[in-house]
Parts: sequence; C-alpha cells; structure tokens
Amino acid sequence: MALIALADCNNFYASCERVFAPWLEGKPVLVLSNNDGCVVARSREAKALGIKMGVPVFEVRSLIQKHRVQVFSSNYTLYGDMSRRVMDVLSGFTPELEVYSIDEAFLRLTGTALEDSVAWAWKARAEIRRCTGIPVSVGIAPTKALAKVANDLAKGGDGVRAIPDAASQEEALASFPVLDVWGIGPNHGRRLLDRGVKTARDLRDMDLEDVRRMMGVVGVRLVQELRGISCLDLEMAPQPKKNICVSRSFSHRVEALGEMREAVATYAARAAVKLRRQGSEAGTLTVFVETNRFSQTEPQHHEAALVRLPSHSSATTDLIHLAQAAATRLFRKGHRYVKAGILLGDLVPAGSHQGSLFEEAPDRVSRNRLMKTLDRLNARMGAGTVRFAAEGIRKPWAARFERRSPRYTTRWEEIPRARC
Amino acid sequence: MRLLRPVWSYRPLPLCASPVRAGFPSPADDYIEGRLDLNEHLIHHPAATFFVRAEGDSMLRVGIHHGDLLLVDRSLEPADGSVVVAAVDGELVVKRLRLRRTGPVLVAEGEGYPELVIGEGQRFQVWGVVSNVIHSLEGGHGPDRAR
Repeated sequence: MALIALADCNNFYASCERVFAPWLEGKPVLVLSNNDGCVVARSREAKALGIKMGVPVFEVRSLIQKHRVQVFSSNYTLYGDMSRRVMDVLSGFTPELEVYSIDEAFLRLTGTALEDSVAWAWKARAEIRRCTGIPVSVGIAPTKALAKVANDLAKGGDGVRAIPDAASQEEALASFPVLDVWGIGPNHGRRLLDRGVKTARDLRDMDLEDVRRMMGVVGVRLVQELRGISCLDLEMAPQPKKNICVSRSFSHRVEALGEMREAVATYAARAAVKLRRQGSEAGTLTVFVETNRFSQTEPQHHEAALVRLPSHSSATTDLIHLAQAAATRLFRKGHRYVKAGILLGDLVPAGSHQGSLFEEAPDRVSRNRLMKTLDRLNARMGAGTVRFAAEGIRKPWAARFERRSPRYTTRWEEIPRARC
Repeated sequence: MRLLRPVWSYRPLPLCASPVRAGFPSPADDYIEGRLDLNEHLIHHPAATFFVRAEGDSMLRVGIHHGDLLLVDRSLEPADGSVVVAAVDGELVVKRLRLRRTGPVLVAEGEGYPELVIGEGQRFQVWGVVSNVIHSLEGGHGPDRAR
C-alpha cells in the first residue's frame, strides 16, 4: 500500500528567527507582513497569549508591550533560504518530493520508509531539526488529503501521526472539524455546516452527487481522497505559471507621478525576473492602480490598463518602458494611491513565437544576453545589485521592513556572530 | 506523468581545455581535470552548513582569531573534544566540548579563560560543530572581517 507523508514546519517564520537568535526560545515571537501591517507568524507562546493570525499589529500593541513580545518584520530572504535547506534534507530521503509551499512538502514513501513509516518520520524530524534547527511535524496516510489531516493531528500532538488504515482514519476523521479540512474554505464550510456536515467523517460519507453539486469536481476529488482513494498525484515539476503578478502596497500614499513610475518600473523588473526564470515570454502587460477604498473623503480611482506587446518578450527594458507608459496614462493628479501592480499575461515558452516583421534578430539576441548576465549577477551578488535606473534609488514608496532581522545566510556582513 | 529527480549529480566537463583555438591539439587535452573547488572541498552537507563570525580570542590555541570565519556543519555529531558553536542561555559561543561523566563542560582554548560547567537549569544546546576556520591574513582576500 502506498503512503504519502506531509512534512510541515512548525511556526516556520518564527522558527527561522529562533535558529539564529536562541534567546527567543520559549518566548512569544511575532512576524509581521509587508509594511509591518499584520501578524503572519506566531510562536507557540504568542499564540497562547491569544494573538490571532492576520490581526493588524496595532490591535495587539498593548499585549505586545505587556508581555514583551518580540516582533520582527518578514525576512523573506532568510525564510526562502531556510526553506531550501529543509527541502534539501527532505529530498535526501526520496526524490519523489513535492514542495507544496515555503514550509510544506509531500513525499511518497518507498522502501524502508514505507515498511516502518513512523520510525522514518521520527528520524526525518530529528535530521531536519539537527541540520537546520527547524522543528517539523509529519503526517502519514495513503492520500494527500488524509496526510494533511494526520499532519494537523501531529502538530497538536507530539509531532508524528500516521493513519495508514481504515480504523485509524475513522478515529481521526470522526473528531476532525470540517472547517479544518484542506480545501474547505469559509464559504463551503458554512454551507456544509448548514447541512449538518460537521466533521471530516461526515464529509467523507456524503453522497458524491451532492458533493459535486456543492463543490464541483474539486470537491469530489477531495472526498475520494478522504476515503483513501488517491486522486491527487505528487506534482514534482512545478507548473509554469499562466500569468505573473507583482504588486505591493506603498509605505505611504503616493501622489507624485515620478514615484508611481518608479514603483511600476520596479514591479515590472521583478516580474521580468520571474518570467525569465520560468522560461516564458509575455504577450500582454497590465498595470493597475488603487486608492484607499476605505476612505470616505478621498477621491477614488481603481483602474487597470492592458497593453499588448508588439511581440512576446521577457526583456526588462521592454516591460519597464510599457509599464511606465501605461502608468503615466492611468495616473490622475490629486489622487492618493495606496497600491499598484503589474500583471503579465499571454505567457508562451521563450523563443516559441515568431518575431515581428519590424524587429531585428541581432537586437533580440544581444538583449537576451544582457538579461541573462543581469540575472546571473543579481543571483550571485544579491538581488538588486544591478538595477534599472527607472526603478529609482531611494524608493520612498517601497514597503518598510523596519524590524527585519539580519540576512544570516545570504549576506557576509550579516552572518551570525559567536563569542569565543 | 510522474517526473523523478535524477539521483546522479552532473558536473560539466570542459570539452577542450584550451580556449585558444590552436592549430594543433594540445598535448594536455587528454589530461584535463576539473578545477579545484573550495566549496566542494569544505562543504559536505550544504543544507546543514552555516558561516559564523568568531568574536573574541579565547580559542586562539586552536587557531581561531577574532574576526575569523567559521564553517559550521550542523549535520556532524558533536563528540567529546569537538569545537562547537553552542547556545548557552540564549547566547552563541565557541568552545571545545567536553563530555564528562558529570555532564557537558565547555572549555576555552586560550590563556586565562575558565571552563564553563553547564549547570542544572541552564539552557544549553550544541548549535553546530565547527569543521573549518578561515583566517584571512593582512592584505589577503576574504569577506570583510568583523568590525
């Protein structure tokens, strides 16, 4: 019988901070979202104080002060690197690994891991903890959806939980709230509760036609998975994205066209990197801008402009040029913008399209070489080492990460220090 | 379709050693080897390897100076006598680990430094074993030393 394991890091961002700041062990820790707005990660001790996920930080300011909660801005550079390390260790156990998110991975168990999956899980946990310092919980079951249930139970228990057979699955699903089931959001959840479907077991036992009517084929697959029938295979090659979006809220209201142009140029450059990384070229670029929807008094402007590229491209120069032109046309004086973004669409594999009649082939070749060099330099020396002038130097509009910890593993000047 | 990651590692070998197109094949062409790579030589477990800056001089006797770069491999099993980075009461320190019958003791390797016996209730954990020290000499290369 096949088994799938879901390995999931506990309180990942907070755990990453703790690896390099051992004085945080046992203390309440919070990590905040972009612009230090909301809570995106909590240590166990912070959860115990009643601080909920997603809560705006100003709402819990008094709790933070009273209990001396340590607060950090998101350090995505660090979290990304630590994630890579955790996944590296996991891939040493099996090549059949699907990295599902920054801190979760599905593995297909084979060989000795399959024979004694619980023993394997304890070993894997210990290995990851030792090599990277990150605590991980492991759930084991015949399908992904059941592995998710097992993992949730593992997190609330001692870190490992296996539900390989019908009896253990029955026990696990009977008391598992339906709202906590993977793929059941608040809307479906409410409708299910209205129908008296309260637990994962109730959901599993629903009539498939009813499920199809309520939640479509996706719901049917989920229920099949809960029944132990594997429908969702491990996706080991990430699917190239069908469109790429880069957008951020500004740190302050943007009222000047110059700042708006800088911002969209930066987002376009970032989107171009993602585009090249997946080997695609874009056929359309959309710029969108937003003012503060919650303001009763300020003039509102939410609009998007779609530009069709003369020919598919992944060159930052082309994308910045078009993004800025579009943003300039959209921009209205007297408006205070809170956010802007770039969306690249009509993605095709690089080099698959025919160039336009008016484009010179040598230009394209040398421009692609320039982009490749740029990407390599930035990869080696740190993102943002080489940028386009249009992106701006000081970037007053950029998100603030006031309390970001050092980039301990990617910058020489920020590596941890130890006292001899 | 299921895609499996290949288990063999791939290292491109140069097809021809000489970038200069000679009129005749070089006698060395049959003896080409890969370039010596310090990363490959020193880092055996990349996912578990971290760089730490040493501050202070209590470990001079083993060759660790203030400002040196330590290569720390968390996958190595700490043993009696290992030089380790340890978290003691929340602080990262570099010491030689002694596993005595009475419990772990952290010993310095420099003049006038007392040993640190880990007491009951004291928070102690080995953070990683130091596998190499990189000491840059005056006028040499290397990432900026600690200021």
